Amino acid sequence: MGISVEGANKRFGDFQALKDVSIEVPTGSLTALLGPSGSGKSTLLRAIAGLEALDSGEVLIDGQDVGRKPVQKREVGFVFQHYAAFKHMTVYENVGFGLKIRKWDKRKISARVHELLDLVQLPGLADRYPSQLSGGQRQRMALARALAVQPQVLLLDEPFGALDAKVRKDLRTWLRNLHDEMHVTTIFVTHDQEEAMDVAGQLVVMNEGRVEQSGSADELYDHPANEFVMSFVGEVNQLGEHFVRPHDMEIVLDSDDRTKEGLVQRIVTLGFEVRVELLLSDGTEVWAQLTRAELQRLELREGQIAYLRPAQAKSFNGSGAFAAV
Amino acid sequence: MTANPASRWTLRILGLGYILLLLLIPLGFIFYKTFEHGIAPPLDAITSPDGLHALKLTLLTVAIAVPLNTVFGIGCALLLVRHRFRGNFLIDAAINLPFAISPIVIGLSLFLLYGTTGWFEPALAEAGIKILFSVPGMVLACIFVSLPFVVRETVPVLQEIGTEQEQAASTLGANAWQTFWRVTLPAIRWGVAYGVVLTTARVLGEFGAVSVVSGSISGQTQTLPLFVEKQYENFNLPGAFGASVLLALLALMTLLAMNLLKRKEDA
Repeated sequence: MGISVEGANKRFGDFQALKDVSIEVPTGSLTALLGPSGSGKSTLLRAIAGLEALDSGEVLIDGQDVGRKPVQKREVGFVFQHYAAFKHMTVYENVGFGLKIRKWDKRKISARVHELLDLVQLPGLADRYPSQLSGGQRQRMALARALAVQPQVLLLDEPFGALDAKVRKDLRTWLRNLHDEMHVTTIFVTHDQEEAMDVAGQLVVMNEGRVEQSGSADELYDHPANEFVMSFVGEVNQLGEHFVRPHDMEIVLDSDDRTKEGLVQRIVTLGFEVRVELLLSDGTEVWAQLTRAELQRLELREGQIAYLRPAQAKSFNGSGAFAAV
Repeated sequence: MTANPASRWTLRILGLGYILLLLLIPLGFIFYKTFEHGIAPPLDAITSPDGLHALKLTLLTVAIAVPLNTVFGIGCALLLVRHRFRGNFLIDAAINLPFAISPIVIGLSLFLLYGTTGWFEPALAEAGIKILFSVPGMVLACIFVSLPFVVRETVPVLQEIGTEQEQAASTLGANAWQTFWRVTLPAIRWGVAYGVVLTTARVLGEFGAVSVVSGSISGQTQTLPLFVEKQYENFNLPGAFGASVLLALLALMTLLAMNLLKRKEDA
Protein backbone atom coordinates (compact mmCIF):
# COMPACT_ATOMS: atom_id res chain seq x y z
CA MET A 1 0.00 0.00 0.00
CA GLY A 2 2.04 2.94 -1.22
CA ILE A 3 1.45 6.42 0.09
CA SER A 4 1.80 9.60 -1.87
CA VAL A 5 1.22 13.20 -0.97
CA GLU A 6 0.86 15.80 -3.70
CA GLY A 7 1.11 19.56 -3.28
CA ALA A 8 0.19 19.62 0.41
CA ASN A 9 -0.26 23.00 2.10
CA LYS A 10 -1.18 23.61 5.71
CA ARG A 11 -1.29 26.83 7.66
CA PHE A 12 -1.78 27.33 11.42
CA GLY A 13 -2.65 31.01 11.86
CA ASP A 14 0.42 32.89 10.62
CA PHE A 15 2.58 29.81 10.52
CA GLN A 16 2.86 27.93 7.25
CA ALA A 17 3.57 24.38 8.42
CA LEU A 18 3.58 22.74 4.97
CA LYS A 19 4.54 24.48 1.72
CA ASP A 20 3.62 22.55 -1.40
CA VAL A 21 4.92 19.25 -0.08
CA SER A 22 4.97 16.15 -2.27
CA ILE A 23 6.37 12.79 -1.23
CA GLU A 24 6.25 9.26 -2.57
CA VAL A 25 6.44 6.27 -0.23
CA PRO A 26 6.70 2.89 -1.96
CA THR A 27 4.65 -0.09 -0.83
CA GLY A 28 6.28 -2.04 1.97
CA SER A 29 9.04 0.49 2.56
CA LEU A 30 10.25 1.96 5.82
CA THR A 31 10.60 5.70 5.31
CA ALA A 32 11.84 8.34 7.73
CA LEU A 33 10.64 11.94 7.74
CA LEU A 34 13.68 13.75 9.06
CA GLY A 35 13.93 17.39 10.05
CA PRO A 36 14.38 19.86 12.88
CA SER A 37 11.43 20.82 15.07
CA GLY A 38 9.00 23.06 13.24
CA SER A 39 9.97 21.59 9.86
CA GLY A 40 6.45 20.25 9.27
CA LYS A 41 7.30 16.55 9.49
CA SER A 42 4.76 15.76 12.22
CA THR A 43 2.08 17.84 10.49
CA LEU A 44 2.65 15.86 7.29
CA LEU A 45 2.37 12.56 9.17
CA ARG A 46 -0.80 13.70 10.93
CA ALA A 47 -2.27 14.81 7.60
CA ILE A 48 -1.64 11.35 6.15
CA ALA A 49 -3.42 9.82 9.16
CA GLY A 50 -6.33 12.26 8.87
CA LEU A 51 -5.66 13.81 12.26
CA GLU A 52 -5.01 17.12 10.50
CA ALA A 53 -6.91 18.46 7.48
CA LEU A 54 -4.84 19.92 4.64
CA ASP A 55 -5.66 23.37 3.28
CA SER A 56 -4.89 22.06 -0.19
CA GLY A 57 -3.23 19.05 -1.74
CA GLU A 58 -3.93 15.35 -1.89
CA VAL A 59 -3.12 12.31 0.19
CA LEU A 60 -3.30 9.01 -1.67
CA ILE A 61 -3.11 5.65 0.05
CA ASP A 62 -2.85 2.73 -2.35
CA GLY A 63 -3.66 5.10 -5.18
CA GLN A 64 -6.92 6.30 -3.63
CA ASP A 65 -7.55 9.87 -2.58
CA VAL A 66 -8.36 9.67 1.14
CA GLY A 67 -8.88 13.41 1.62
CA ARG A 68 -12.57 12.99 2.40
CA LYS A 69 -12.11 9.93 4.56
CA PRO A 70 -12.24 10.62 8.31
CA VAL A 71 -9.42 9.26 10.42
CA GLN A 72 -11.58 6.33 11.63
CA LYS A 73 -11.91 4.99 8.10
CA ARG A 74 -8.34 5.41 6.86
CA GLU A 75 -7.10 2.18 8.41
CA VAL A 76 -3.81 3.65 9.55
CA GLY A 77 -1.93 2.57 12.62
CA PHE A 78 -0.64 5.60 14.49
CA VAL A 79 1.93 5.63 17.29
CA PHE A 80 2.38 8.79 19.36
CA GLN A 81 5.57 10.11 20.95
CA HIS A 82 4.05 10.01 24.43
CA TYR A 83 2.38 6.60 23.85
CA ALA A 84 -1.23 7.87 24.25
CA ALA A 85 -1.92 4.75 26.33
CA PHE A 86 -5.47 4.37 27.61
CA LYS A 87 -4.57 4.73 31.27
CA HIS A 88 -7.75 3.20 32.67
CA MET A 89 -7.40 0.04 30.59
CA THR A 90 -5.10 -2.94 31.03
CA VAL A 91 -2.48 -3.78 28.41
CA TYR A 92 -4.89 -6.42 27.10
CA GLU A 93 -7.74 -3.91 26.78
CA ASN A 94 -5.46 -1.35 25.15
CA VAL A 95 -4.26 -3.76 22.47
CA GLY A 96 -7.77 -5.16 21.93
CA PHE A 97 -9.42 -1.71 21.71
CA GLY A 98 -9.60 -1.48 17.93
CA LEU A 99 -10.84 -5.06 17.66
CA LYS A 100 -13.59 -4.44 20.19
CA ILE A 101 -14.65 -1.36 18.20
CA ARG A 102 -14.80 -3.63 15.14
CA LYS A 103 -17.03 -5.98 17.17
CA TRP A 104 -14.74 -8.97 16.90
CA ASP A 105 -15.72 -12.11 18.72
CA LYS A 106 -14.19 -12.36 22.23
CA ARG A 107 -12.21 -15.51 21.54
CA LYS A 108 -10.78 -14.07 18.33
CA ILE A 109 -9.79 -10.87 20.18
CA SER A 110 -8.04 -12.90 22.86
CA ALA A 111 -6.09 -14.91 20.30
CA ARG A 112 -5.08 -11.81 18.33
CA VAL A 113 -4.07 -9.80 21.41
CA HIS A 114 -1.86 -12.58 22.73
CA GLU A 115 -0.30 -13.07 19.31
CA LEU A 116 0.59 -9.35 19.23
CA LEU A 117 1.87 -9.28 22.81
CA ASP A 118 4.23 -12.10 21.82
CA LEU A 119 5.27 -10.17 18.73
CA VAL A 120 6.17 -7.04 20.73
CA GLN A 121 7.77 -9.19 23.41
CA LEU A 122 5.35 -8.35 26.20
CA PRO A 123 3.87 -11.77 26.95
CA GLY A 124 2.60 -12.13 30.50
CA LEU A 125 1.95 -8.41 30.95
CA ALA A 126 -1.63 -8.51 29.64
CA ASP A 127 -3.20 -7.69 33.01
CA ARG A 128 -0.90 -4.80 33.88
CA TYR A 129 -1.93 -1.16 33.61
CA PRO A 130 0.16 1.25 31.50
CA SER A 131 1.35 3.00 34.68
CA GLN A 132 3.03 -0.26 35.70
CA LEU A 133 5.12 -0.43 32.51
CA SER A 134 8.43 1.21 31.58
CA GLY A 135 8.52 3.76 28.75
CA GLY A 136 9.88 1.23 26.28
CA GLN A 137 7.22 -1.32 27.23
CA ARG A 138 4.48 1.29 26.91
CA GLN A 139 5.63 2.19 23.42
CA ARG A 140 5.71 -1.47 22.39
CA MET A 141 2.19 -1.83 23.77
CA ALA A 142 1.13 1.20 21.71
CA LEU A 143 2.69 -0.39 18.63
CA ALA A 144 0.85 -3.67 19.28
CA ARG A 145 -2.38 -1.70 19.67
CA ALA A 146 -1.81 0.02 16.32
CA LEU A 147 -0.90 -3.24 14.57
CA ALA A 148 -3.82 -5.23 16.03
CA VAL A 149 -6.30 -3.88 13.51
CA GLN A 150 -4.02 -4.82 10.60
CA PRO A 151 -3.61 -1.29 9.28
CA GLN A 152 -2.76 -0.59 5.66
CA VAL A 153 0.03 1.72 6.77
CA LEU A 154 1.87 2.33 10.00
CA LEU A 155 2.70 5.90 11.05
CA LEU A 156 5.05 6.61 13.95
CA ASP A 157 5.43 10.14 15.33
CA GLU A 158 8.82 10.41 17.07
CA PRO A 159 8.16 7.00 18.60
CA PHE A 160 11.40 6.86 20.58
CA GLY A 161 11.62 10.56 21.42
CA ALA A 162 10.61 10.17 25.06
CA LEU A 163 12.91 7.22 25.80
CA ASP A 164 16.47 7.18 27.11
CA ALA A 165 19.40 6.55 24.79
CA LYS A 166 19.95 2.85 25.52
CA VAL A 167 16.29 1.81 25.18
CA ARG A 168 16.07 3.93 22.06
CA LYS A 169 18.87 2.05 20.31
CA ASP A 170 17.40 -1.33 21.26
CA LEU A 171 13.95 -0.35 20.06
CA ARG A 172 15.08 0.94 16.71
CA THR A 173 16.91 -2.28 15.90
CA TRP A 174 13.81 -4.11 17.02
CA LEU A 175 11.55 -1.91 14.86
CA ARG A 176 13.68 -2.58 11.81
CA ASN A 177 13.48 -6.33 12.39
CA LEU A 178 9.74 -6.11 12.98
CA HIS A 179 9.31 -4.25 9.70
CA ASP A 180 11.34 -6.91 7.88
CA GLU A 181 8.87 -9.49 9.18
CA MET A 182 5.66 -7.56 8.60
CA HIS A 183 6.33 -5.55 5.44
CA VAL A 184 3.65 -3.02 6.30
CA THR A 185 4.34 0.36 4.66
CA THR A 186 5.77 2.46 7.48
CA ILE A 187 6.58 6.15 7.88
CA PHE A 188 8.29 7.39 10.97
CA VAL A 189 9.11 10.90 12.04
CA THR A 190 12.35 11.78 13.78
CA HIS A 191 14.71 14.69 14.30
CA ASP A 192 17.64 12.34 14.90
CA GLN A 193 19.59 11.74 11.67
CA GLU A 194 21.44 8.78 13.11
CA GLU A 195 18.16 7.12 14.04
CA ALA A 196 16.72 7.82 10.59
CA MET A 197 19.76 6.36 8.82
CA ASP A 198 19.86 3.36 11.12
CA VAL A 199 16.21 2.38 10.72
CA ALA A 200 14.90 3.64 7.41
CA GLY A 201 15.57 2.56 3.85
CA GLN A 202 14.37 5.87 2.48
CA LEU A 203 14.72 9.30 4.03
CA VAL A 204 12.79 12.49 3.36
CA VAL A 205 14.57 15.54 4.74
CA MET A 206 12.26 18.42 5.62
CA ASN A 207 12.97 22.00 6.62
CA GLU A 208 10.66 24.97 7.16
CA GLY A 209 7.67 23.19 5.70
CA ARG A 210 9.42 22.02 2.54
CA VAL A 211 10.95 18.78 1.36
CA GLU A 212 14.64 19.47 0.86
CA GLN A 213 15.61 16.08 -0.53
CA SER A 214 14.61 12.45 -0.46
CA GLY A 215 16.59 9.30 -1.11
CA SER A 216 18.60 6.59 0.56
CA ALA A 217 20.93 7.37 3.44
CA ASP A 218 23.98 7.04 1.18
CA GLU A 219 22.53 9.34 -1.48
CA LEU A 220 21.77 12.03 1.06
CA TYR A 221 25.15 11.75 2.75
CA ASP A 222 27.26 11.58 -0.39
CA HIS A 223 25.20 13.75 -2.72
CA PRO A 224 23.33 16.27 -0.60
CA ALA A 225 21.17 18.58 -2.69
CA ASN A 226 21.96 21.66 -0.64
CA GLU A 227 23.71 23.12 2.34
CA PHE A 228 20.84 22.30 4.70
CA VAL A 229 20.81 18.60 3.86
CA MET A 230 24.57 18.41 4.03
CA SER A 231 24.69 19.91 7.49
CA PHE A 232 21.64 18.05 8.75
CA VAL A 233 22.63 14.52 7.77
CA GLY A 234 26.13 14.68 9.22
CA GLU A 235 28.80 16.94 10.66
CA VAL A 236 30.17 19.62 8.40
CA ASN A 237 32.84 22.36 8.26
CA GLN A 238 32.44 25.48 6.18
CA LEU A 239 35.51 26.74 4.32
CA GLY A 240 34.49 29.87 2.43
CA GLU A 241 31.82 28.67 0.02
CA HIS A 242 32.77 25.04 0.42
CA PHE A 243 31.53 22.41 2.82
CA VAL A 244 33.67 19.52 4.00
CA ARG A 245 32.89 16.59 6.27
CA PRO A 246 35.28 16.40 9.28
CA HIS A 247 36.46 12.92 8.19
CA ASP A 248 37.41 14.36 4.80
CA MET A 249 39.79 16.85 6.43
CA GLU A 250 43.27 15.44 6.10
CA ILE A 251 45.93 16.91 8.39
CA VAL A 252 49.53 17.05 7.13
CA LEU A 253 52.69 18.58 8.53
CA ASP A 254 54.05 20.03 5.27
CA SER A 255 52.32 22.72 3.27
CA ASP A 256 51.69 22.74 -0.46
CA ASP A 257 49.43 24.78 -2.79
CA ARG A 258 46.29 22.85 -1.79
CA THR A 259 46.65 23.10 1.98
CA LYS A 260 45.47 25.68 4.47
CA GLU A 261 47.45 26.66 7.53
CA GLY A 262 45.85 26.29 10.95
CA LEU A 263 46.63 26.44 14.67
CA VAL A 264 45.77 23.28 16.62
CA GLN A 265 43.60 24.60 19.44
CA ARG A 266 42.30 21.48 21.07
CA ILE A 267 42.63 17.72 20.72
CA VAL A 268 39.76 15.65 22.13
CA THR A 269 40.00 11.88 22.25
CA LEU A 270 36.60 10.18 22.12
CA GLY A 271 37.52 6.52 22.28
CA PHE A 272 38.58 5.41 18.81
CA GLU A 273 37.82 8.77 17.25
CA VAL A 274 39.91 11.90 17.75
CA ARG A 275 38.59 15.40 17.24
CA VAL A 276 41.16 18.04 16.31
CA GLU A 277 39.98 21.66 16.44
CA LEU A 278 41.87 24.17 14.33
CA LEU A 279 41.83 27.94 13.92
CA LEU A 280 42.59 28.99 10.34
CA SER A 281 44.47 32.15 9.40
CA ASP A 282 41.23 33.82 8.20
CA GLY A 283 39.65 33.29 11.62
CA THR A 284 37.46 30.28 10.69
CA GLU A 285 37.20 27.52 13.27
CA VAL A 286 36.99 23.99 11.88
CA TRP A 287 37.50 20.49 13.13
CA ALA A 288 38.88 17.30 11.69
CA GLN A 289 38.03 13.74 12.58
CA LEU A 290 41.07 11.47 12.86
CA THR A 291 41.73 8.00 14.13
CA ARG A 292 44.00 7.44 17.12
CA ALA A 293 46.63 5.86 14.86
CA GLU A 294 46.70 8.94 12.61
CA LEU A 295 47.10 11.21 15.61
CA GLN A 296 50.02 9.16 16.93
CA ARG A 297 51.69 9.10 13.52
CA LEU A 298 51.43 12.92 13.19
CA GLU A 299 52.47 13.48 16.83
CA LEU A 300 50.13 16.48 16.95
CA ARG A 301 50.24 18.76 20.03
CA GLU A 302 47.87 21.53 21.04
CA GLY A 303 49.29 24.94 20.10
CA GLN A 304 51.29 23.80 17.07
CA ILE A 305 50.80 24.77 13.43
CA ALA A 306 49.45 22.10 11.06
CA TYR A 307 48.14 22.03 7.49
CA LEU A 308 44.71 20.99 6.31
CA ARG A 309 44.02 19.27 3.04
CA PRO A 310 40.25 19.15 2.47
CA ALA A 311 39.01 16.37 0.19
CA GLN A 312 35.47 15.96 -1.24
CA ALA A 313 34.59 19.60 -0.61
CA LYS A 314 31.20 20.60 -1.95
CA SER A 315 29.71 23.93 -2.88
CA PHE A 316 26.06 24.63 -3.61
CA ASN A 317 26.25 27.72 -5.76
CA GLY A 318 23.23 28.10 -7.96
CA SER A 319 22.66 24.69 -9.45
CA GLY A 320 23.38 22.84 -6.25
CA ALA A 321 26.07 20.83 -8.00
CA PHE A 322 29.08 19.93 -5.98
CA ALA A 323 32.72 20.04 -6.94
CA ALA A 324 36.01 18.92 -5.51
CA VAL A 325 38.40 21.73 -4.56
CA MET B 1 9.55 22.48 52.21
CA THR B 2 11.41 21.80 55.39
CA ALA B 3 10.25 23.62 58.48
CA ASN B 4 11.54 23.31 62.01
CA PRO B 5 9.43 21.23 64.41
CA ALA B 6 8.17 24.26 66.34
CA SER B 7 6.66 26.01 63.36
CA ARG B 8 5.32 22.73 62.01
CA TRP B 9 3.47 22.08 65.25
CA THR B 10 2.19 25.63 65.40
CA LEU B 11 0.77 25.28 61.89
CA ARG B 12 -0.82 21.95 62.73
CA ILE B 13 -2.45 23.24 65.89
CA LEU B 14 -3.66 26.35 64.09
CA GLY B 15 -5.18 24.32 61.25
CA LEU B 16 -6.79 21.75 63.51
CA GLY B 17 -7.99 24.41 65.94
CA TYR B 18 -9.62 26.39 63.16
CA ILE B 19 -11.48 23.37 61.82
CA LEU B 20 -12.44 22.23 65.30
CA LEU B 21 -13.73 25.57 66.49
CA LEU B 22 -15.56 26.67 63.37
CA LEU B 23 -16.67 23.37 61.86
CA LEU B 24 -16.61 20.33 64.06
CA ILE B 25 -17.79 21.74 67.40
CA PRO B 26 -20.92 23.44 65.99
CA LEU B 27 -21.80 20.33 63.96
CA GLY B 28 -21.09 18.04 66.88
CA PHE B 29 -23.28 20.18 69.07
CA ILE B 30 -26.22 19.65 66.70
CA PHE B 31 -25.75 15.90 66.99
CA TYR B 32 -25.53 16.18 70.77
CA LYS B 33 -28.64 18.33 71.00
CA THR B 34 -30.59 16.03 68.70
CA PHE B 35 -30.08 12.95 70.78
CA GLU B 36 -30.08 14.73 74.16
CA HIS B 37 -33.43 13.14 75.10
CA GLY B 38 -32.99 9.91 73.21
CA ILE B 39 -33.77 9.00 69.64
CA ALA B 40 -37.59 9.18 69.92
CA PRO B 41 -38.26 12.98 69.66
CA PRO B 42 -36.19 13.62 66.50
CA LEU B 43 -37.43 10.38 64.94
CA ASP B 44 -41.04 11.36 65.60
CA ALA B 45 -40.51 14.74 63.95
CA ILE B 46 -38.90 13.26 60.84
CA THR B 47 -41.47 10.53 60.47
CA SER B 48 -44.35 12.96 60.80
CA PRO B 49 -46.25 13.33 57.49
CA ASP B 50 -44.71 16.78 56.85
CA GLY B 51 -41.23 15.53 57.71
CA LEU B 52 -41.48 12.54 55.40
CA HIS B 53 -42.87 14.71 52.64
CA ALA B 54 -39.96 17.13 53.04
CA LEU B 55 -37.51 14.24 52.78
CA LYS B 56 -39.23 12.89 49.67
CA LEU B 57 -39.30 16.31 48.03
CA THR B 58 -35.61 16.89 48.80
CA LEU B 59 -34.68 13.56 47.25
CA LEU B 60 -36.87 14.37 44.23
CA THR B 61 -35.08 17.69 43.58
CA VAL B 62 -31.75 15.84 43.85
CA ALA B 63 -32.98 13.15 41.46
CA ILE B 64 -33.89 15.75 38.83
CA ALA B 65 -31.31 18.52 39.29
CA VAL B 66 -28.19 16.36 39.71
CA PRO B 67 -28.48 14.26 36.51
CA LEU B 68 -29.41 17.34 34.47
CA ASN B 69 -26.49 19.35 35.75
CA THR B 70 -24.14 16.38 35.30
CA VAL B 71 -25.03 15.94 31.63
CA PHE B 72 -24.95 19.68 31.02
CA GLY B 73 -21.72 20.06 33.02
CA ILE B 74 -19.82 17.42 31.05
CA GLY B 75 -21.08 18.81 27.75
CA CYS B 76 -20.19 22.34 28.72
CA ALA B 77 -16.72 21.34 29.92
CA LEU B 78 -16.10 19.54 26.61
CA LEU B 79 -17.21 22.65 24.75
CA LEU B 80 -14.96 24.93 26.79
CA VAL B 81 -11.86 22.72 26.61
CA ARG B 82 -12.10 20.88 23.30
CA HIS B 83 -13.74 23.46 21.05
CA ARG B 84 -11.97 26.75 21.52
CA PHE B 85 -13.85 29.60 19.87
CA ARG B 86 -14.32 33.31 20.28
CA GLY B 87 -16.74 34.11 23.07
CA ASN B 88 -15.63 31.04 24.96
CA PHE B 89 -14.57 33.23 27.84
CA LEU B 90 -18.10 34.64 28.10
CA ILE B 91 -19.55 31.18 28.69
CA ASP B 92 -16.71 30.48 31.09
CA ALA B 93 -17.53 33.60 33.10
CA ALA B 94 -21.30 33.06 32.96
CA ILE B 95 -20.90 29.55 34.42
CA ASN B 96 -19.49 31.12 37.56
CA LEU B 97 -22.48 33.45 38.10
CA PRO B 98 -24.34 31.13 40.49
CA PHE B 99 -21.21 31.09 42.68
CA ALA B 100 -21.02 34.85 42.70
CA ILE B 101 -24.69 35.75 43.13
CA SER B 102 -26.55 35.32 46.41
CA PRO B 103 -29.15 32.51 46.22
CA ILE B 104 -31.81 34.95 47.36
CA VAL B 105 -31.18 37.03 44.25
CA ILE B 106 -31.43 33.90 42.12
CA GLY B 107 -34.77 33.13 43.75
CA LEU B 108 -35.99 36.65 43.07
CA SER B 109 -34.93 36.48 39.43
CA LEU B 110 -37.04 33.33 39.00
CA PHE B 111 -39.86 35.18 40.70
CA LEU B 112 -39.64 37.97 38.15
CA LEU B 113 -39.74 35.53 35.24
CA TYR B 114 -42.45 33.18 36.44
CA GLY B 115 -44.39 35.31 38.98
CA THR B 116 -47.89 36.71 38.39
CA THR B 117 -46.43 39.73 36.57
CA GLY B 118 -43.53 37.77 35.06
CA TRP B 119 -42.57 37.44 31.38
CA PHE B 120 -43.42 33.79 31.03
CA GLU B 121 -46.51 33.83 33.24
CA PRO B 122 -49.26 34.35 30.61
CA ALA B 123 -48.09 31.55 28.35
CA LEU B 124 -47.53 29.18 31.25
CA ALA B 125 -50.87 29.98 32.85
CA GLU B 126 -52.60 29.23 29.58
CA ALA B 127 -50.87 25.87 29.38
CA GLY B 128 -51.88 25.22 32.98
CA ILE B 129 -48.30 24.96 34.21
CA LYS B 130 -47.50 26.29 37.65
CA ILE B 131 -43.85 27.06 38.32
CA LEU B 132 -43.86 29.20 41.43
CA PHE B 133 -44.93 27.76 44.78
CA SER B 134 -44.64 24.29 43.31
CA VAL B 135 -42.03 21.65 42.58
CA PRO B 136 -40.90 22.83 39.10
CA GLY B 137 -39.84 26.22 40.49
CA MET B 138 -37.90 24.59 43.30
CA VAL B 139 -36.11 22.27 40.87
CA LEU B 140 -35.28 25.24 38.63
CA ALA B 141 -33.81 27.09 41.60
CA CYS B 142 -31.73 24.06 42.57
CA ILE B 143 -30.43 23.63 39.03
CA PHE B 144 -29.47 27.29 38.92
CA VAL B 145 -27.50 27.36 42.16
CA SER B 146 -25.70 24.03 41.58
CA LEU B 147 -24.92 24.49 37.90
CA PRO B 148 -21.17 25.30 38.07
CA PHE B 149 -19.89 22.35 40.14
CA VAL B 150 -19.60 19.61 37.51
CA VAL B 151 -18.23 22.06 34.92
CA ARG B 152 -15.61 23.45 37.29
CA GLU B 153 -14.47 20.01 38.46
CA THR B 154 -14.38 18.53 34.94
CA VAL B 155 -12.60 21.31 33.04
CA PRO B 156 -9.16 20.91 34.71
CA VAL B 157 -9.24 17.11 34.36
CA LEU B 158 -10.10 17.39 30.67
CA GLN B 159 -7.24 19.82 30.17
CA GLU B 160 -4.87 17.51 31.99
CA ILE B 161 -5.65 14.33 30.02
CA GLY B 162 -5.08 16.15 26.71
CA THR B 163 -6.31 14.94 23.34
CA GLU B 164 -3.80 12.22 22.45
CA GLN B 165 -5.82 9.34 23.92
CA GLU B 166 -8.87 10.52 21.99
CA GLN B 167 -6.85 10.80 18.79
CA ALA B 168 -5.44 7.31 19.35
CA ALA B 169 -8.98 5.98 19.75
CA SER B 170 -10.03 7.61 16.48
CA THR B 171 -7.09 6.12 14.55
CA LEU B 172 -8.22 2.74 15.91
CA GLY B 173 -11.62 3.22 14.33
CA ALA B 174 -13.69 4.63 17.20
CA ASN B 175 -16.26 7.28 16.26
CA ALA B 176 -16.87 10.37 18.42
CA TRP B 177 -19.55 8.66 20.50
CA GLN B 178 -17.46 5.54 21.14
CA THR B 179 -14.42 7.67 21.95
CA PHE B 180 -16.43 9.65 24.50
CA TRP B 181 -17.86 6.60 26.29
CA ARG B 182 -14.79 4.38 26.18
CA VAL B 183 -11.93 6.85 26.50
CA THR B 184 -12.88 10.38 27.56
CA LEU B 185 -15.51 9.64 30.20
CA PRO B 186 -13.49 6.94 32.00
CA ALA B 187 -10.50 9.29 32.03
CA ILE B 188 -12.42 12.17 33.61
CA ARG B 189 -14.69 10.09 35.84
CA TRP B 190 -13.24 11.19 39.18
CA GLY B 191 -13.51 14.86 38.30
CA VAL B 192 -17.12 14.29 37.28
CA ALA B 193 -17.82 12.22 40.41
CA TYR B 194 -16.46 14.95 42.63
CA GLY B 195 -18.61 17.50 40.81
CA VAL B 196 -21.67 15.26 41.28
CA VAL B 197 -21.00 14.98 45.03
CA LEU B 198 -20.70 18.74 45.36
CA THR B 199 -23.83 19.27 43.26
CA THR B 200 -25.77 16.79 45.37
CA ALA B 201 -24.62 18.39 48.61
CA ARG B 202 -25.59 21.81 47.31
CA VAL B 203 -29.05 20.72 46.11
CA LEU B 204 -29.69 18.88 49.39
CA GLY B 205 -28.88 21.92 51.44
CA GLU B 206 -30.14 24.75 49.24
CA PHE B 207 -32.19 27.18 51.26
CA GLY B 208 -32.18 30.75 49.95
CA ALA B 209 -33.34 30.41 46.36
CA VAL B 210 -35.75 27.56 47.14
CA SER B 211 -37.24 29.49 50.04
CA VAL B 212 -38.12 32.43 47.75
CA VAL B 213 -39.81 30.39 44.99
CA SER B 214 -41.44 27.67 47.07
CA GLY B 215 -43.56 29.63 49.55
CA SER B 216 -42.61 26.90 52.03
CA ILE B 217 -46.02 25.31 52.33
CA SER B 218 -45.87 22.44 54.84
CA GLY B 219 -46.51 19.07 53.26
CA GLN B 220 -46.44 20.60 49.78
CA THR B 221 -43.43 22.73 48.92
CA GLN B 222 -41.13 22.16 51.83
CA THR B 223 -37.73 20.58 51.41
CA LEU B 224 -35.70 19.47 54.41
CA PRO B 225 -33.84 22.79 54.90
CA LEU B 226 -37.18 24.66 54.81
CA PHE B 227 -38.65 22.09 57.18
CA VAL B 228 -35.76 22.73 59.59
CA GLU B 229 -36.46 26.44 59.53
CA LYS B 230 -40.20 25.99 60.09
CA GLN B 231 -39.64 23.64 63.02
CA TYR B 232 -37.14 26.04 64.51
CA GLU B 233 -39.53 28.97 64.18
CA ASN B 234 -42.26 26.92 65.87
CA PHE B 235 -39.94 26.11 68.77
CA ASN B 236 -39.98 22.42 67.87
CA LEU B 237 -36.28 22.00 68.54
CA PRO B 238 -36.14 18.19 68.41
CA GLY B 239 -37.76 18.35 64.97
CA ALA B 240 -35.34 21.02 63.73
CA PHE B 241 -32.29 19.14 65.03
CA GLY B 242 -33.52 15.81 63.80
CA ALA B 243 -34.02 17.07 60.25
CA SER B 244 -30.63 18.81 60.39
CA VAL B 245 -28.90 15.60 61.35
CA LEU B 246 -30.74 13.78 58.58
CA LEU B 247 -29.50 16.38 56.07
CA ALA B 248 -25.96 16.10 57.33
CA LEU B 249 -26.11 12.30 57.13
CA LEU B 250 -27.40 12.40 53.55
CA ALA B 251 -24.50 14.65 52.51
CA LEU B 252 -21.98 12.47 54.35
CA MET B 253 -23.37 9.40 52.63
CA THR B 254 -22.74 10.85 49.16
CA LEU B 255 -19.16 11.66 50.15
CA LEU B 256 -18.71 8.20 51.62
CA ALA B 257 -20.18 6.54 48.53
CA MET B 258 -17.66 8.29 46.31
CA ASN B 259 -14.73 7.40 48.54
CA LEU B 260 -15.80 3.76 48.68
CA LEU B 261 -16.14 3.57 44.91
CA LYS B 262 -12.74 5.14 44.47
CA ARG B 263 -11.08 2.84 46.99
CA LYS B 264 -12.63 -0.19 45.36
CA GLU B 265 -11.22 0.92 42.02
CA ASP B 266 -7.76 1.68 43.36
CA ALA B 267 -7.53 -1.72 45.06
